[in-house]
Amino acid sequence: MAKPSDLRGKAAVVGVATYGSGEAPGNTEMDLAVKASKLAIEDAGLTLADIDGIATCSTSNAMWPLSVIEHLGIKPSFIEGTCIGGSSFVEHMLPAAMALEYGICNAVLVCYGSVQRTGEMDRKAMAKARATMAAYDYETVYSPPMPVGAYAMAAQRHMHQYGTTRENLAEVAVAARKWANLNPEAFMQGDLSVQDVLDARPVSSPFTVRDCCLVTDGGGAFVMTRADRAKDLKKKPVYMLGAGTASWHQKITNLPDLTVTCASQSGKEAFAMAGMTPAEVQHLMLYDAFTINPVLFLEDLGFCPKGEGGRFVSDGRIAPGGSLPLNTNGGGLSCVHPGMYGVYTVIESVQQLRGEGGARQAGQIDVSLAHGNGGVLSSQCTAILGTDAAL
Amino acid sequence: MSEIGKEKEFREAMAAGKWRIQKSPSTDAYVYYPREIAPGTGADDLEWVEPSGLGTIYTYTVVNRRAEQGGPFNVIMVDLDEGPRMMSRLEGVENDAIEIGARVKARLSEIGGQPAVVFDLATGA
Repeated sequence: MAKPSDLRGKAAVVGVATYGSGEAPGNTEMDLAVKASKLAIEDAGLTLADIDGIATCSTSNAMWPLSVIEHLGIKPSFIEGTCIGGSSFVEHMLPAAMALEYGICNAVLVCYGSVQRTGEMDRKAMAKARATMAAYDYETVYSPPMPVGAYAMAAQRHMHQYGTTRENLAEVAVAARKWANLNPEAFMQGDLSVQDVLDARPVSSPFTVRDCCLVTDGGGAFVMTRADRAKDLKKKPVYMLGAGTASWHQKITNLPDLTVTCASQSGKEAFAMAGMTPAEVQHLMLYDAFTINPVLFLEDLGFCPKGEGGRFVSDGRIAPGGSLPLNTNGGGLSCVHPGMYGVYTVIESVQQLRGEGGARQAGQIDVSLAHGNGGVLSSQCTAILGTDAAL
Repeated sequence: MSEIGKEKEFREAMAAGKWRIQKSPSTDAYVYYPREIAPGTGADDLEWVEPSGLGTIYTYTVVNRRAEQGGPFNVIMVDLDEGPRMMSRLEGVENDAIEIGARVKARLSEIGGQPAVVFDLATGA
């Protein structure tokens, strides 16, 4: 029987692009997804005619892949439309790699676009539509502000259980801002101190607005092919060494321990496929919808013991110049967050592995981990990516 | 033929002033929110039971709602003594006095015209 580790290094990300990060007035989510796709295909040295696999999703359209297929005018033999929140585009990598390996298709385009900041169907309009469509869910009656309330309650519990401090959480936002200041594409720039984070407008305790990700527009896309083909394309290939996907709940009340996410499962699966350990990872992209996220994920993925995440991210370790570069684009906290940010974790990992980070390049990187989070800590998807030196 | 779903049964009971959770006798597990089969085990012997109403605050958040919209309010998660965890609201306590680990007691109330279980601090429980 075939085993997961057979997929190690078999598929590669060969093209990446973003488009319209921040504010993109006058665009639809399709406009941004398609413009990012065109750039990613060009980045790979391919043409639209080469794309015979598609992976995409949207929170506003249940049959979104069909709309993208029609807009692009392609006839794919592989279609992946799983929508499990912001982690989705990291999730898409594993089925894409399987389809490539089995010859179902030869080049998969993964793409996303959102205009939740400037679009007519903005974040508020979407939230209203969703509330109308959602079934009686035993929670809405209490008006929890979602998603922030769920993450806030996880942070509160982590602080109670492990002595994690407000300052520890603020360090995550401060490090993200320092990276953002090195990234011309980042939406939020400027000095940000731990005290600034603590003094910002309270949102949902223990969080202030600076513990929360941005609300921006943005499109992102990447292209995957089999590894043998990747070698002959335009850019240095970035190989998928391992991937794992997990979900245990939808509503935050159904996560048994709010300090342990199913990243503990997705990470284990990804590392097992890659045959690697956290010690070999040189660069991390951990979906930072809120400051508690990287803390939880560093613990759950095995970078530090459970409960130590708050102290682990302090003292500049994850900031520019620190020993573990994390969220080097500035993250969802300071760079871009169009709603389902996961696609950007892969894009930034690839750019760092290629050495294309410019002022924010975190040195020579051969192994990077991209981690997507969806819902209210509900889905967790981990991908371990590497250069040919890591094969 | 089909029987009516557990959600409808639950909502009808709530409207009639009765809050119930479920129990699976074959596994002794309590279940909330209402399910058709017991999560994890798949047992189809779920029956309605009246909970003790006692629980412990697992975590909470105070939401900084604008004054003109009603001001700050709390959202809590309660671990029921029977086991399941639920979202709710703590009443009769200043928001800055809410503590993880506090013992609480359920009360059937109404929020925005909908029946809802809320909690008060439990004394001596």
